[in-house]
Amino acid sequence: MSNKYSIPANTELTNEAVKALRADFPILNQQVNDHDLVYLDSGATSHNPLQVLDAEREYYLYNNSAVHRGAHTLAVEATDAFEDARATVASFIGARENELVWTSNATEALNLIAYSFGNASQGLGGEAARQFALTEGDEIVTTELEHHANIIPWQILAQRTGATLKHIPLREDGTIDYEAAEKVVTERTKILAFTHVSNVLGAITDVDFMVKLARKVGAFAVLDACQSVPHMPVDVKALDVDFAAFSAHKMLAPTGMGALYGKNELLEAMPAFLTGGSMITKVTMTEAQWMPAPIKFEAGTQRISQAVAWAEAVRYLQHIGMENVHAWESKLGARLAEGVSSVEGVRLLGPAAGTERAGMAAIHVDGVHPHDVGQLLDTQGIAVRVGHHCAQPLHRALGITASTRASAYIYNTTDDVDRFIEALGGVRAYFGL
Amino acid sequence: MSALDQLYQQIILDHSKQRNGEGLQDAHGLPSADNHQYNPTCGDEINLRVTLTDESEPKVKEISWEGDGCSISMAAASVLSEMAPGMTTAELQSLVDDFREMLRSRGKIEPDEEVLGDAAAFAGVAKFVARVKCAMLGWVAAEEAAKEAAL
Ligand SMILES: Cc1ncc(COP(=O)(O)O)c(C=O)c1O
Repeated sequence: MSNKYSIPANTELTNEAVKALRADFPILNQQVNDHDLVYLDSGATSHNPLQVLDAEREYYLYNNSAVHRGAHTLAVEATDAFEDARATVASFIGARENELVWTSNATEALNLIAYSFGNASQGLGGEAARQFALTEGDEIVTTELEHHANIIPWQILAQRTGATLKHIPLREDGTIDYEAAEKVVTERTKILAFTHVSNVLGAITDVDFMVKLARKVGAFAVLDACQSVPHMPVDVKALDVDFAAFSAHKMLAPTGMGALYGKNELLEAMPAFLTGGSMITKVTMTEAQWMPAPIKFEAGTQRISQAVAWAEAVRYLQHIGMENVHAWESKLGARLAEGVSSVEGVRLLGPAAGTERAGMAAIHVDGVHPHDVGQLLDTQGIAVRVGHHCAQPLHRALGITASTRASAYIYNTTDDVDRFIEALGGVRAYFGL
Repeated sequence: MSALDQLYQQIILDHSKQRNGEGLQDAHGLPSADNHQYNPTCGDEINLRVTLTDESEPKVKEISWEGDGCSISMAAASVLSEMAPGMTTAELQSLVDDFREMLRSRGKIEPDEEVLGDAAAFAGVAKFVARVKCAMLGWVAAEEAAKEAAL
């Protein structure tokens, strides 16, 4: 049904088109503190269009059942819906169905790798899993700008195995220092984990460079794709990463769900992480055999309605076209960067205005704490994120403890950006500066 | 006055810039203790020292601190540093209790300016639940440090 969308397929996004598609997002059509809401916090979480909410409701109204068990009709329908959803989300990133593991969020996806590798290091998974084993002297490398979700699992893995966790430092503007990366990554590096798009700065990583670096030393390349998959075309095969993690709630779908992409031959060889029902074939009182990937990693009852909803969100994004999404957000990002740079006493963090960035901008307001900035903006109905955005090491490297971040999505207009900039212009004056 | 102007009363804005007690002071052998408080949601942080007199019923001699945070947390620490000297540890505890009660009342408790002094200016914070922790940051540090210093 094509007429269920508010704009025609493959529409170039403009203010007009965005205003039309906002009809699908009733949450945006409200007043907050007596002002029309300006939602610029999609980097934290995004909103669900009606199509997605309807898909989840319909699943519960007509198809709800346990999947992968039972022979009755509803169980078969639920299983079909669940596996169709997997195929949809997998193909969205250029992966095959057997290469996408459902998780509770991107954080769990990254933990899955770290715990599975840890299990392999303790001998689980036998000969095939030896390639994942880490020991003393081995290195895990990440970067200083990562989200905590792409740091702490590696800290724990290092502690469990005796491996060393190292990081690639940043250049002055907070972006990855690629020259330094060539020295940090060595023959002993087994894992190179990095983000595709910085969730704070909006800087876009040269994935190609990083993957080549990993290949040169035989390390696994792990991509945190949380801030890229929702916003730009991503093809994991073209990027040639070994693993990628992302979350549904950042791409128009409900919370509670994420996914891990892994090359099939790797997922097949990796030991399980969470264990229990559904992920097994044969169980005795002393041992169990595991299902093939990806089911091997999906212990217990799964999030079926969220998977159905997520697939609908993917169709929504595909209807617009990811090239169009990316083009519009690049415009919004450029407008944000330019706008904040023009406000006195405001410093744009990350790539300078005029250079490539995602649809977000983080700033430091001279003399006003981000918490106070966010409070003032909220009274004008403008929702931004303040704090360390789960990236304390990055903020430390920038010489600050927290920042203010505006992040846009398909449903933001240039008016939203302008209202944010205008309000920002009044912040320092309000605090007597 | 708008809710925002109630939150950011002039007294608060002034204290956030001219901060009493900022900069840790040596206790010069008097009973003292340090306490560190951290708000993980926003990264606000304070390291606060309470120094007591060495009388049989000790009084607060000085509160000094270093911190990094929003105007609310910094101003609240400043106000307390101004008010606390001369109080017995029991009086300090009672002040902290009253302050906490006011902040947690969601705006239902009218502050008693007789008791709370400049701290009454934080009454507007009570309507912004997310900011209560900010206002309490230095006060919790002082509460903990005073208990320890009195041991
Ligand atoms: C770059 C990045 N990595 C990881 C995460 C963690 O995502 P989630 O909290 O959905 O697991 C986020 C989201 O905040 C993110 O932006």
